[in-house]
Amino acid sequence: MANNRTIVIDPVTRIEGHSKITLHLDDKGEVVDARFHVTQFRGFEKLCEGRPFSEMPSLMARICGICPVSHLIASAKACDALLAVRIPPAADKLRRIFNMAQIVQSHALSVFHLSSPDLVLGMDADPAKSNLWGVFEKDPQLARDGIRLRQFGQQIIERLGGKRIHPAWVVPGGVSEPLSQADRDAILYSIPEALQIAVRTISWFKQVTGSFREEIAAFGNFPSLFLGTVKEDGSIAFYDGKLRIGDATATLVADGLSPARYFDYLGEKVESWSYLKSAYYKPKGYPDGMYRVGPLARLNVADRCGTERADQELAEFKELQRAAILSSFHYHQARLIELLYCIERMEQLLTDPEILSKHVRAVAEPNAQEGVGASEAPRGTLFHHYKIDDHGLVRWANLIIATGQNNLAMNRSVLQVARHFVRGDKLEPGMLNRVEAVIRTYDPCLSCSTHAAGQMALRVQLVAPSGEIVDEVARP
Amino acid sequence: MTASANVKTFQINGRDYSARAEETILEVARQNGIFIPRLCELEGLSTVGACRLCLVEVKGSNRLLASCVTRVEEGMEVTTNSERLERYRRGIVELLFTERNHVCSVCVSNGHCELQFLSQKLDITHIHYPYRFPKAEVDASHGRFVIDHNRCILCNRCVRVCDEIEGAHTWDVMGRGIDARVITDLNQPWGTSDTCTSCGKCVHVCPTGALFEKGRSVAEMEKRRNFLPYLQLMRGDQNG
Repeated sequence: MANNRTIVIDPVTRIEGHSKITLHLDDKGEVVDARFHVTQFRGFEKLCEGRPFSEMPSLMARICGICPVSHLIASAKACDALLAVRIPPAADKLRRIFNMAQIVQSHALSVFHLSSPDLVLGMDADPAKSNLWGVFEKDPQLARDGIRLRQFGQQIIERLGGKRIHPAWVVPGGVSEPLSQADRDAILYSIPEALQIAVRTISWFKQVTGSFREEIAAFGNFPSLFLGTVKEDGSIAFYDGKLRIGDATATLVADGLSPARYFDYLGEKVESWSYLKSAYYKPKGYPDGMYRVGPLARLNVADRCGTERADQELAEFKELQRAAILSSFHYHQARLIELLYCIERMEQLLTDPEILSKHVRAVAEPNAQEGVGASEAPRGTLFHHYKIDDHGLVRWANLIIATGQNNLAMNRSVLQVARHFVRGDKLEPGMLNRVEAVIRTYDPCLSCSTHAAGQMALRVQLVAPSGEIVDEVARP
Repeated sequence: MTASANVKTFQINGRDYSARAEETILEVARQNGIFIPRLCELEGLSTVGACRLCLVEVKGSNRLLASCVTRVEEGMEVTTNSERLERYRRGIVELLFTERNHVCSVCVSNGHCELQFLSQKLDITHIHYPYRFPKAEVDASHGRFVIDHNRCILCNRCVRVCDEIEGAHTWDVMGRGIDARVITDLNQPWGTSDTCTSCGKCVHVCPTGALFEKGRSVAEMEKRRNFLPYLQLMRGDQNG
């Protein structure tokens, strides 16, 4: 009797958005296939059609409440391209700070609020305790640090943009208001504490990784391409730069790629089982052109960060593996290094006297009918691409979101983890949690990536080929 | 007849007031700091009593009267606020929200919108009628201004200011009932209008984000209306 079965994890918890995971088992109870389904649909690319381009940054920011700033930045850059203007230098710097504040708060959310329960309490911890409250009981300092660091990022966003979520401050041509001296000083004043927390957290993380050797070996540990933005000197870039693609041997596959020509080398494929499109590197085809984006990819392709402490940490990080760092478990550490870099870099930018310039907006009518804006969001490279008509109304839009670019790798990672940890036909919470935890390393933002709508929880089913549910575990 | 004979004495919300006979209840209320909601009426333009938000109760009348077009009368007893009036006003504003596609969060007038202000003032947190979600166009053919029919509440202010103050009469209303739309000239793209002088008065009297200046981003469209009473005064002098 054929005894193939499917395990469904629905929904996946402690991530941003709605998804489920199915694991297909053979008659010996071994995992043969795994899929990460994104079950929400948003439709932003369609609903913006007919809107004036000048509304696009704020309209697109509504895609996400976690990373509205990332969409504001990429969208405003696409609109700058439509205006065909060079934005004032102060606006450029202010946007950079804004983007980095977003990366700090989002990375803090990912590391502390979403993943630290796995790291502090262990992968096999009671699901009821596996949350920030559980971390509070075990390591109150760490939990407090996480909340403080996220607050630090959010407060910078508020000081610059007027509010923490969905600020309308970033506009085509620059930003709407200059930075006041009082706000600049207040942000600078908060930096030393944030820096201290970042340093403290990295050293804590390096201590705990030792107890996750098995996870490191099985959490998305496979060769793939890595894509990230770098400055001209090869150092890490978040706001602007050229794209670089490296492979598992740390050899550059492509360098100096213009983000505005993304469609020449990046393709998107739709699979019938997910609302999330899968991006791939065109020259290698689908699915061999699988690549990863985000903190791990950025650090893999960048030569250096460009700030003192972050560069020290990066050097140590690059020692983890001889060539490229492959295990997705290391996304966590990469995230912390980026966080450290962003804090250091924000301080540099804020002490530049030009930052207080009142000239922060270039005004123009649209001079181009097509524009691409790309930037590094917390989860990876983000592309916004618009076409407008003669009157400035959007007629076509395409977004490529970081999580979509990680889709193939996330699917492969789920399969790898499931093959390693899922055994037989009895489901254990720790086993399910590892399947989810590997997804968390990518910090996917599904509402963004499907430009999608919803509530999270977790359900895993074992389904026989006949459709019979053999076993089911559900989390409220 | 003496000037004093033209003065009427009456009550609003139980307090005595006096005003000239040609003044409306809404004008007197405004002069005395009594809030009566309205969206179509605007100081400096003629009144049409279209939005029905300024309805008030007058003792002895079963009907509710639109205070913008009702003149004060001797001995009149007016109530500007009651449970019944609140209910009607809330219903009217809710229906306005359902009629077109109003999305405050991504609107150029967010934070500066009369419809938004009124709904906050009337404590509207939910809409109890089904939304219609009509397919409405955005006309951005004009070089400086945009009309977004999604946000139009048909208050007619643009029609009146263009006709009465600018004297161009570019704007008018086409269609009936739920199909009514404001149009430029003979229902042609605004940018092709022969009569439009591009003065922008329509944009600044518009209570919502339906009419706005091109290139404005979300929450950036603030309307300036101080010019209206002054212009009306000047036009009045010329005509008189």
